[in-house]
Amino acid sequence: MSAPLLDIKNATQRFGGVVAVNDVTMHVNKGEVFALVGPNGAGKSTVFNLLSRFYTPAEGSITFDGTDLLKLNSDQIPSLGIARTFQNIELFEQATVLQNLLVGRHRHRKTNVLSDIFFTPSARKQERQHRHAVEEVIDFLDLQAYRDKMISGLPYGVRKVVELGRALATQPKLLLLDEPASGLSVEETQDMAFWIEDIQKQMGITVLMVEHDMGLVSAVSNRVMALAEGKELATGTPAEVQSHPAVIEAYLGTSGIQKGGTADKKKTSKGAAA
Amino acid sequence: MRFVFKTSYDADIKWFKHGAQLFWYMLLLAALVALPLIFVWTGNPYLLGEFTAVLIFSISCLGLMLLTGQTGLASLGHAAFMAMGCYANILLLQAGLPWLIAFPLSGLLAGFFGTMIAFPVLRLHGVYLALATLAMSIITGDVIDLTERWTGGVGGISVPDIDIFGFVINKYANPYAFYYLCLAVVLICVAAYRNLLRSPTGRSFAAIRDSEVSAQAMGVNLTRTKATSFFLSCTAAGLAGALFGHSATFVTNETFDIVMSITLFLSIVIGGLGFIHGAFLGAIISGLIPVLIANGRTILSTTMGVNINIPGLESALFAAIVIAFVLFEPMGLYGRWLKIRTYFELFPFYRKDMFRRQKSYLKTERVQ
Repeated sequence: MSAPLLDIKNATQRFGGVVAVNDVTMHVNKGEVFALVGPNGAGKSTVFNLLSRFYTPAEGSITFDGTDLLKLNSDQIPSLGIARTFQNIELFEQATVLQNLLVGRHRHRKTNVLSDIFFTPSARKQERQHRHAVEEVIDFLDLQAYRDKMISGLPYGVRKVVELGRALATQPKLLLLDEPASGLSVEETQDMAFWIEDIQKQMGITVLMVEHDMGLVSAVSNRVMALAEGKELATGTPAEVQSHPAVIEAYLGTSGIQKGGTADKKKTSKGAAA
Repeated sequence: MRFVFKTSYDADIKWFKHGAQLFWYMLLLAALVALPLIFVWTGNPYLLGEFTAVLIFSISCLGLMLLTGQTGLASLGHAAFMAMGCYANILLLQAGLPWLIAFPLSGLLAGFFGTMIAFPVLRLHGVYLALATLAMSIITGDVIDLTERWTGGVGGISVPDIDIFGFVINKYANPYAFYYLCLAVVLICVAAYRNLLRSPTGRSFAAIRDSEVSAQAMGVNLTRTKATSFFLSCTAAGLAGALFGHSATFVTNETFDIVMSITLFLSIVIGGLGFIHGAFLGAIISGLIPVLIANGRTILSTTMGVNINIPGLESALFAAIVIAFVLFEPMGLYGRWLKIRTYFELFPFYRKDMFRRQKSYLKTERVQ
């Protein structure tokens, strides 16, 4: 097997006394859909923020496609081909859907400020190319009706799709989806599942996602990693992970009244981690 | 309601969306070009000077709009950059440079100085950035005072006339030519602003304004983009300052005071943050208020014998207007116009909350 696309080795991230990500080692192979699951405060989003370089891990290494991510700034990450969405949608509110998607083309930008001010023929040509690429995303996600609408007036479900579209507009190799189905209706979640499948199979984009909806996770992901309190519990196929005793314990607690004390303790420590 | 059938991507890239829009803006341009004829006819160019002042002020409003309305960085010190442009222009002209070189150069110098000063303060967000720029505005007068050898300090310095290939323009001797000159600069600035808006640079500014985190996640370099915005904004302010100098013909350390900075900021808020139209509406309002108050005073004293001589009346009235706008129309005059237009376009389907902002604060103010 070839080298993995994304390789995280022994990453640890601390916030004061809280260890949000504790010695996590994982890799994502090219072309697969990899899901991170776990209870609230397990450190899933922190892993994403490590990958986006919003945080620098205290220990460990992160390699993407042979490049050491820790040597780069967060605004250099997209140029490697990593795009992401956010758990609480982070769209550009006072701009149209089209403009939001066009910002996704920023990493392919070839003009500079000067050619932009004079809007030289090359700037115009580039605009058309960006627009063409964005139209393909609009077509893929069925966003035609919303093209010229302001984000601030759009319903939640559409915003979620626009954010996915913005990430796709960067034409990434690796797509990081932070809870793509949170807050979506059943139908919208199904749409999302189809899209993720198409993204993987037709576009050949590797997907790493954080998701709570186990239905979506088992429908689309090839491998799953369960985290709790910053630590890896289990990695494997969705079915394997779901039936893993440590995972069941982390989600449901250990059985019974006789161990009630430990379950309570678990709850409080989890609260601190969150 | 008008439906525009778009047949190519260029339909969204063009300056004018449809023929009617082009027609109205051309009509506006024609009106602006024809405006001096009225004063030629009446033979009293005094009011033309007021119009010219509004044009000059709108250039600096455009600059500040790019920074505050487009990039979300508040600056309460833009008069400082106007001062830089003004004094640079004077000194370059005194050094013997032709106006056509000295004028753009003074804008670029203001932009350059602005960026140098901006780099340390760009680490600040929201209200802290506003405070830092406010401090800059306060020290401007002192800096001009300290560099008296070149700037004339408290004593002031007179501004040389504009000389374009032997054609001399002086505000008093040739008010019409000066008006057209300012109009030309305004048009160039608007064209540049429009071009920015439809290109990646302008979009990256808006991205920073609305969400710094996701702008970064899309590959926008925050520091460089903010510095670019500062540079362009200060360049416009510098050009406006240079023209202001020509308009005032004599400048001292008190010309570009803190009141001017604040007036600039309030103008763009009144006009409507984030819109080119807002910069102009704001400039018109802040240019008109003193004229209206002066005229109102005269009318009151001549017809009713009432003499109002309250110091600071202008500022108080201006402040009241701003407070009213922040409370009742945060989107400014242009926002109000947009609402009215949408109401008629969608009649009878307009909803009251159509323009409601989900997050009313600038995202840059948020602690990440």
